[in-house]
Amino acid sequence: MKEADDCGVEVVLNAVVIGLFPEKEITVKIEDHVEHVKGDTILIATGASENMVTFPGWTLPGVIGAGAAQTMMNLHGILPGKRVLMLGSGNVGLVVSFQLMQAGCEVVALADAAPRVGGYGVHAAKVARLGVPFYLSHTIVSAEGKDCVTGVTIAEVDSSWQVVKGTEKHFDVDTICLAVGLSPMAKLCDMAGCQMEDNPAKAGFVPVVDEYGETSVPGIYAAGDVSGIEEASSAMIEGRIAGIAAAARLGFVTQEEAKRDCQKQEEALSGLRQGMFAPGMRGKKITETEEGVAISQNLLEHGFVASEEIERFPGVTHQKGIHPVIECTQNIPCNPCQDACKRHCIKIGSKITSLPVLDTEAECTGCGMCVASCSGQAIFLVNEDCGDGTAEITMPYEFLPLPAAGDRGMALGRNGEEVCDAVVLGVRSAKAFDHTHLLTIKVAKEYAMKARFFRKGAVQ
Amino acid sequence: MNDRNRDIGEYIPAPDDDVIVCRCEEITKGEIRRAVHDGMFTLTEIRRYLRTGMGLCQGQTCTKLVKGIVARELNVRPAELREATGRAPMRPIEMNILAKDRGEQG
Repeated sequence: MKEADDCGVEVVLNAVVIGLFPEKEITVKIEDHVEHVKGDTILIATGASENMVTFPGWTLPGVIGAGAAQTMMNLHGILPGKRVLMLGSGNVGLVVSFQLMQAGCEVVALADAAPRVGGYGVHAAKVARLGVPFYLSHTIVSAEGKDCVTGVTIAEVDSSWQVVKGTEKHFDVDTICLAVGLSPMAKLCDMAGCQMEDNPAKAGFVPVVDEYGETSVPGIYAAGDVSGIEEASSAMIEGRIAGIAAAARLGFVTQEEAKRDCQKQEEALSGLRQGMFAPGMRGKKITETEEGVAISQNLLEHGFVASEEIERFPGVTHQKGIHPVIECTQNIPCNPCQDACKRHCIKIGSKITSLPVLDTEAECTGCGMCVASCSGQAIFLVNEDCGDGTAEITMPYEFLPLPAAGDRGMALGRNGEEVCDAVVLGVRSAKAFDHTHLLTIKVAKEYAMKARFFRKGAVQ
Repeated sequence: MNDRNRDIGEYIPAPDDDVIVCRCEEITKGEIRRAVHDGMFTLTEIRRYLRTGMGLCQGQTCTKLVKGIVARELNVRPAELREATGRAPMRPIEMNILAKDRGEQG
């Protein structure tokens, strides 16, 4: 908002576009009247709406979209429910599951009709280590309840998406959260007369756009999910490109300037469109990383990397003293850890999707910046042998209340199961950690490569 | 697509025909399937015939669902069906606000 303000852009919120007519005439509802505005160029960035699935009971109160759950939690500060079943293992389903648990809900299970986790493995692992079971190749058979949801039954599906009898599982829940994909909201483009296409690779009915986001109607641009579903970071870059192109069209920048600026953005965009989750990779079964490391099948089928699989990834090494253990096992466009480490312990290189590699020559000071920088929460600082039979593990921790030094409890494994007793050595919080707290626990040293989360409570 | 002589077979009742698909207008899957057999082969026709997608959410919930059901009934891919025409008002709006619109530029 400040950036727009500084540039002299008038921002009108709560203004609803109700029509887009020939000659680029827009009608906008502002408060209690309709205004007519004519644009020389128009950028349509209306985003996407959530897909729904139907099953008996899907209209009961308590069946909500993941977007609705997010709005309730993050905007209104309301808990969507107490016990939740999440349908959908894409990034939305995974991230919203994690947020639901941060808000204090219990996520009893995560189900997806697909045979493999759809989102980033690191996001799945965050949820799995909290103890949420993953049910892949499962769908909802029915929601139960009279006035609102009181339970849900899921069951396995076969390769032709038919429910396998006898595989039903029931959960008592008050909320069923659906995260089954997004559809572009491109009706305005259609109304404006833009050439449209129904493109499954873009997840629906979208305007045909050129490399600058311009539609078939000169001066009307579309950017973000409205012209094809992708990640948020891609949408932001598309917006910048369309903005630059529109500015050039109106003569605010020269064609050369625009070309140069767009090229920079295009490079960033194509970087984001690499890796295992690139738009062209949808539905393809991947067996190894770009580096030739076999993919963790357990991660795809159960949401976490198995202990016997983790050692083969380049971010996982054994060293004397404190060092990062990076459980990043898929080629995703992400590299903050590389810049976070001032000692250059972590190397990704120029290709943003490469797996992080540890430089065992560089000395780790245990600052924790890498741990806090990883939005996949895949980095741990480990001292495998403190010399007294114990190991120390520092992990990202984003739950309240924060544990305190001296607290006792259980260390949880990657699958969320209790692995051993643990005692909290301390919690570090810093502005540079950007709301992620670093929790350090002490465990018996044989669990150094197993303990990945902490739950306060009775020691057995 | 508009070949009305195309034989799509008989309407065969299905166990999930009573599931509501358009919740704003309370239209069931069975009603949509029957509409196809009544000769409504396009999404615009279905919308006019049954009012699917004409309620409060303006089709944000059911558009894709209706499309899938109609496509299966016609035995075509959903992408082959043209979306229903997009028209103003794009979002629900109070009649008194719409009526006050004189068309002048703001």
